[in-house]
This record gives sequence, structure tokens and C-alpha cells, in this order.
Amino acid sequence: MMKQPLVQMRGIVKKFPGVVANDHVDLDLFAGEIHALLGENGSGKSTIMSILAGLYKPDAGEILVDGAPADFGSPRDAIDAGIGMVHQHFKLVEPFTVAQNIQLSERDGAFLLSDAAIRQEIKAFETRFGLAVDPDAPVWQLSVGEKQRVEIVRMLYRGSRVLILDEPTAVLTPQETAELFVNMKKMAAAGCAVVFITHKMNEVQEVADRVTVLRGGKVSGTMLCRDVHAQELVWLMVGREIVLNAERCASGQCGGEILSMKNVSALNDSGRPGLSDLALSLRAGQIFGIAGVAGNGQKELAEVLTGLRRTETGSIQFLGENVTGMSPSELIARGISYVPEDRLGMGLVPSLDAVENMLLKSYTHPEYSHGWLINRKAAEAKTAAVVQQYNVKLAGLSQPVRSMSGGNLQKLLLAREISEHPKLIIVVYPARGLDVGATESIHKLLMELRDQGAAILLVSEDLDELMKLSDRVGVMFGGQIVGNFPIEEVDLEEVGLLMMGLFRPKEERIHGDGR
Amino acid sequence: MGEQAFYIAILSSAVIAGTPILYAALGELVTERAGVTNLGVEGMMLIGAVSGFMAAIVTGNSWIGFAAAMLAGGAMGLIHAVLTVSLRANQVVSGLALTLFGTGLSGYLGKSYIGIPVAEPFRGVSLPLLGDIPLLGPVLFRHDVLIYLSWAIVLALWFFLSRTRAGLNLQAIGENPGAADSLGIPVFSLRYFYVIVGGMLCGAGGAYLSLASAPSWLENMTAGRGWIAVALVIFALWKPGRALVGSYLFGGIDALGFHLQAAGVHVSHFFLQMLPYLFTIAVLTIVMARRGGRLAAPGSLGIPYDREQR
Ligand SMILES: Nc1ncnc2c1ncn2[C@@H]1O[C@H](COP(=O)(O)OP(=O)(O)O)[C@@H](O)[C@H]1O
Ligand SMILES: [Mg+2]
Repeated sequence: MMKQPLVQMRGIVKKFPGVVANDHVDLDLFAGEIHALLGENGSGKSTIMSILAGLYKPDAGEILVDGAPADFGSPRDAIDAGIGMVHQHFKLVEPFTVAQNIQLSERDGAFLLSDAAIRQEIKAFETRFGLAVDPDAPVWQLSVGEKQRVEIVRMLYRGSRVLILDEPTAVLTPQETAELFVNMKKMAAAGCAVVFITHKMNEVQEVADRVTVLRGGKVSGTMLCRDVHAQELVWLMVGREIVLNAERCASGQCGGEILSMKNVSALNDSGRPGLSDLALSLRAGQIFGIAGVAGNGQKELAEVLTGLRRTETGSIQFLGENVTGMSPSELIARGISYVPEDRLGMGLVPSLDAVENMLLKSYTHPEYSHGWLINRKAAEAKTAAVVQQYNVKLAGLSQPVRSMSGGNLQKLLLAREISEHPKLIIVVYPARGLDVGATESIHKLLMELRDQGAAILLVSEDLDELMKLSDRVGVMFGGQIVGNFPIEEVDLEEVGLLMMGLFRPKEERIHGDGR
Repeated sequence: MGEQAFYIAILSSAVIAGTPILYAALGELVTERAGVTNLGVEGMMLIGAVSGFMAAIVTGNSWIGFAAAMLAGGAMGLIHAVLTVSLRANQVVSGLALTLFGTGLSGYLGKSYIGIPVAEPFRGVSLPLLGDIPLLGPVLFRHDVLIYLSWAIVLALWFFLSRTRAGLNLQAIGENPGAADSLGIPVFSLRYFYVIVGGMLCGAGGAYLSLASAPSWLENMTAGRGWIAVALVIFALWKPGRALVGSYLFGGIDALGFHLQAAGVHVSHFFLQMLPYLFTIAVLTIVMARRGGRLAAPGSLGIPYDREQR
């Protein structure tokens, strides 16, 4: 490529308390290319692009746009230079409608808001790029895929020439991903530079023209995609060889029944049936995988088991004791642990440090408290040991955990739960948003726990993960477990149909057709 | 006094009693829409009341007094903005400090002004035609200019919030400053601006007390109206029109007590003075219970914004 790059970033350095997020990063972006930015979680992908978008100020380095030095003091300056970014966590005002959100980005618009004009523009993007959005829908009602589309339309609407998409596929279904890729190609063909952040190798090879790999804040390589093999990318990404598609791990010996749920029903947040007549049995040393499309009762199941949601009917037996309707603390005391989907919102307290987060469940234990005083020394020692043992990377024991990367948060959370020696642990989407390396360590932790004889209820949307870890797989649909197979008998096609609610076991189908 | 005249008198004084609360509530509303909680309303009103009064006495012109009150309120707003927007101090603490500060300072400044009458307080003007409508005329259209001005502000604010680009930006910085910032909306300067405007309106509310409804200066003359305004904004769900209705409701309860007493009904005067505050507690309880504790509050209310924080 002999052309002048649209954007050149030279020697960018960005430090956060305790971490160097970007360490002398160089990056060129050309018009018309899809440039993938590949790297593990915490490797600094979002940071380098937030700098280009004017959100973060670099500590060193320079940015050239069209060959001329640019100094971005605020996102405004970057927008004026034609740079647009769809952030990993969407920057949408939830109570506003789609049209209002798009209007927000207009700089020199008229004093009075005009709905007609914006509608026309939105329509234009629909015809040109096939990006359909409903201008009158309030954003909070949209699915993640739709929200992403609104973000993209908004970015195009401002006339951005550099389009940055931060992990856009993490929240999409395979169909939506395919659609997004088509759109990205159209946008590149229209002369934009498209930056595509991801940690999935196959996606890089599917859409990108060039790829830059980041590792630990440094660029470990930039190359043309057609010249490179997946294995090589992995190596650049993690600096060590990881066996892709690891073998299924042999399960330990199953022990006696730990949990038994019968005819359990519960309501969901909007007061409609969330679980209906659910039955489930779990044994010691068993991983029971729950497959299913999100929103079919997985959350309600986890919450009923942890005492966070009321059981309407039915009974839950835990180690032979009826625990129906017990409070979370009673269940914790009996050895039930929970790793929720929302790590930072529910699992950990973002503004507290690692030690305090470790203490959240055990602050009443005599080793950490003298009556009404906390023994911080003991807690620190314990946390330091756990952090070492589970290889959790953090800026410091007394830094708020909110600045940790997703993989390390998950390790810390899991470490806290495991150190309580649970008899039953409910783990929801444990690897969501994690890179290969972190996913691998989380899986290892779960398997170790199983080998120690704990029962694990693993809720996941990733069938590969379920196939790899589970001893039994149950499929949830409409608040019920509609299929329940030992791992050897799982037929992925059947599971897929069950997940969509399209398949029922034969005897039942006879009744089903009668309706 | 005829029965009808009695009701007209109550309703008309409800409007007067509600107006200082209305100004302050509008000020709080603007500030909170920008995502900043302001518990300094009471102090801002007192500073407004005393500085407006002093300026009116010194210059002999109540309009200059009113302007001075707004300036003083704006200055209090500026302090709040520096503390909460730039230094990211806890907004509750900063607000409480401003209330304490305003109460003390106004008492000190006003010492030598106690008992002096204002030369030209704002007086009722009957609006042509409107003032002659039976019932409605005397209740609504024979008031002083500041009341008509407050209606204009309610209308303007409603229009601003619902129809203009700048109004949309204001709501965006209160709902999700991170999103607004990434779109190039200047979150910091806008928050400054609206916190100051809010302070000015609170100052105006104070001046209404000392220059119009009871033209004089008394130490601590707001007597908790600032706190009522804070609660009222929640009741009003951050909407200007509802703030107007709510203010007059509170004004009505205030006026009712006064008129009952004047009519010789034997109720303890302490009880009557307590009524507006009882009503505040009742209203808050009802609003909270009805909405299950979930309010339509601006999404980032009370949270300082830091661009590089996540
Ligand atoms: N706003 C922030 N405050 C403190 N630390 C941060 C912030 N943003 C990122 N970091 C840290 O910088 C590193 C790089 O993070 P990030 O750019 O988000 O990685 P990626 O997007 O590749 O997952 C991580 O260690 C992360 O914890
Ligand atoms: Mg990221």
C-alpha cells in the first residue's frame, strides 16, 4: 500500500494506576481497509482506540490524521477529524428514543429538534447499508444487536471516516454477526477505514484485510490476513501455544445426590412465569450443563437456588434437607455458592478493593473478625495467597477492583467462591467476554472443583464449553428443562432444536399437537 | 367575609405561598436534570433572600434586588459546581455544607436589616381583562409580576426540555454523561452552566420571600421551604409542569393553616405550621410506594463524571 495512511499513531503510551495499558503502540489505518485489532482481554485494545477517539489522553506519542499532527483534547476533536467509535459498553442514553440518540450527535443542528429530517436520514442509511432501526423505539427496549445498529448508524450519520468497532461480535448471535460483517465490508468499500476489535481468531480471518496483534499493551505484530495462520495469531496473542479445542476432560466419579428440585415454579421480574414445574437432580462431582437461549429461565433458576428469588411452588432438597424458601445467608451457610453472570454488578463490589471483596462472604468467620472488628491483616494474607494461587493479576490488593480486566475479575470471584469449599456452585456464563487464556484457567478451576467432589451447575450459551466440561447437559426452554442427556448421548442438532423450542420428546409431541 | 371570598382568599394566597417553592424547585430541577444533586437549596434561597433585600434597600429598587438575589444564588451554584463537577466532591456533602454556610452567612449579613421595610416591594397588578374573570381572575391574575414571570419560566423550561436540541443535551448529560461526552457534548461546562442557573433560580425563590410575599428580612425566613423544594422535584418526577402544580399544593396547605386561624378555627398553630412538612413526608411516601422505589430520576443523578474512570 503506497497511499498515505488516513491515521497514523506513533509511540502511544498510556498508563493507568498500576498498569501500562499501551506501551509504545504504532498503528496505521488506511482508507478502504478492515483492520482487525486482536488481543487477549486487558491487552490494551480498547485503550488505544479510546485514545484515537479522544476519550483518553495519551501520556506520550503522537497521532497524525491525513499526515498532519492532530491533538485530541476531547472526543469533540476526534469527531471533527472524522473518527467514530462504537464502544464495548454502548454509549446510548437508554430512556431516549433512537431518533433522539442520533440527534445528540449532531453538532450544528438547528435549535429546535426536527423529527422529519432525522427520520429521512435514518431511512437513507437503511436503504444504503441495510441498517434498519426504528426511530421511535426507546433504546432501553432494544436488543443488544439493535442497540449496536443504532450506534453504527449514529457513527455513519456524523460522517465518520474511521469507524472503530470495539468487540462488536461479543454480544451478537451468529446470524447478526454475519450481517455485521456484510455491513463492515460495505463501509470499507465506501472508503472508510474500519477497525474491528476482537479476540476471536476465526473472525479476523473471515473479514479483516490486515491485523494488528496486541499483547500486554505492546504490538506483537501487524500483517496481512491472507498471509497468516490461526496458530500463528494465537502465538502472537498469548505468547504461548494453547491447544485449540481441548479434549473433553474425563469426569470424576459421580457421588450421591446433592440437589433435587421437584415441580419448582417461580415468577420472573415482570411477574410472569419464569420457571414452570422444573425438575433437576445433581450429584456430587458432577458438572451439569444448562444449555439454552438466554431468557428461558436460566437466571430464575440460579436465583431460586441461591435464595434470591421466591419459589412459588415445588420443593428444593439440598443434601436431604428441604431448603425451599431459605434466605441467601442460610443457603451460603449450607455450602451453596454463586458466580453470577454480572461479575461487577452482583459478584463483586467495583469500588471496594480485592481484600474487601474477598471478605464479603467470610467477614463473620472468626479468623477474619475479632467480635465487631475486622482483622484486615489476616484478610490481606489470605487474599494475597489466593491471588498468587489462582494467578490473578491486579494493580494492588488495595486498589478498587473496577480497574481489573474481565478475566482477572472472574478469577478473583471464582477464587473467593472456591475458597469457601462449596458443595454446590452455580456458575452463570463464566467465560463470557473472556479471551482464550482466561477461559482456559476458569475451566481448569471448575474441573478441579468438580474433582474435589462439588456439584456444579454450569449455565452457558457456548455449546463448545458445555460439551467440554459437562457430565450431563440439560436444555432450558420456556422455564423448563426440556431435554436432559448424559454427555455421551448428546446430539448437538437435537439440542439446537430443543433450544429453539422446536422439538419435543415423542410422547409429549402427541399431546402438544392437540393444542 | 362571604364563603366564596374566603375560598378565593385561600386559593390566591396558595399561589403566593407556593411561588418561592416553585422558583427553588425549578432551580433544583434544572440542576438535577444535569445530573447534579443539590441539597444546598435552602442555603441558596436564604442568601438570595438576604442579598436581594439588602440590594433593594440600598438602591431603593426591588428589581435590582431581585437581580442581586439571582447573582448571589448563582455564586452559590458556582461553588457547588467547582466542588462537585471539577473536584468531584460528594454532592450530598457539598450541598449540606452550602445550606449550613448560607444559613449562617445570611443571618450575619442581615443582622442590621431586620425590621426595615422595603420601599417598593413587588405588588399585585391586575392583568387587563384576565383579572376581571370571576373566580379565576382574583385567584390567578391579580398577582405581582414575579408570579407571572415564574409561569413564563415553567413554560420556557418545558419547551426547552421537550423541543430543543440544547434541552436534549441537558437531559443527556444527566442521564449518561459518558455517552454525551463521547458524542462531543461538553459535559463539564454544561454541568457548570446548569448548576449555576439552578442556583440563580433558588436565589430568586428566596428574593420572592423578602421582596414580595413578606417584604422584610427575618433570620432563617425560608423556614425549610428549600427542603420542600428538594422533595417536590421528586414528586414532580423532574417535570416543570408538575413542579408548578406541586408548589401550589404546598402553598395551599400553608395558606389553609393561616386562613383557618384567621377565621377563628381553633387548631394549634404549631400543628398548622407543621402541615406542609407532614404533607411532604406523606407525598414522598406515596410517590415512592406507587413507583416501587423506582423513580424516573436522571440516570446519573448524584454521580460525578470522570472521563477516564470506568
Ligand atoms: N479507565 C481505566 N482505569 C484504570 N485502568 C484501566 C482503565 N481502562 C483500562 N484499564 C486497564 O488497562 C489495561 C488494558 O485494558 P483494555 O484496553 O480495556 O484492554 P482490552 O480492551 O484489550 O481488553 C487493563 O489492565 C485494564 O485493567
Ligand atoms: Mg476492551
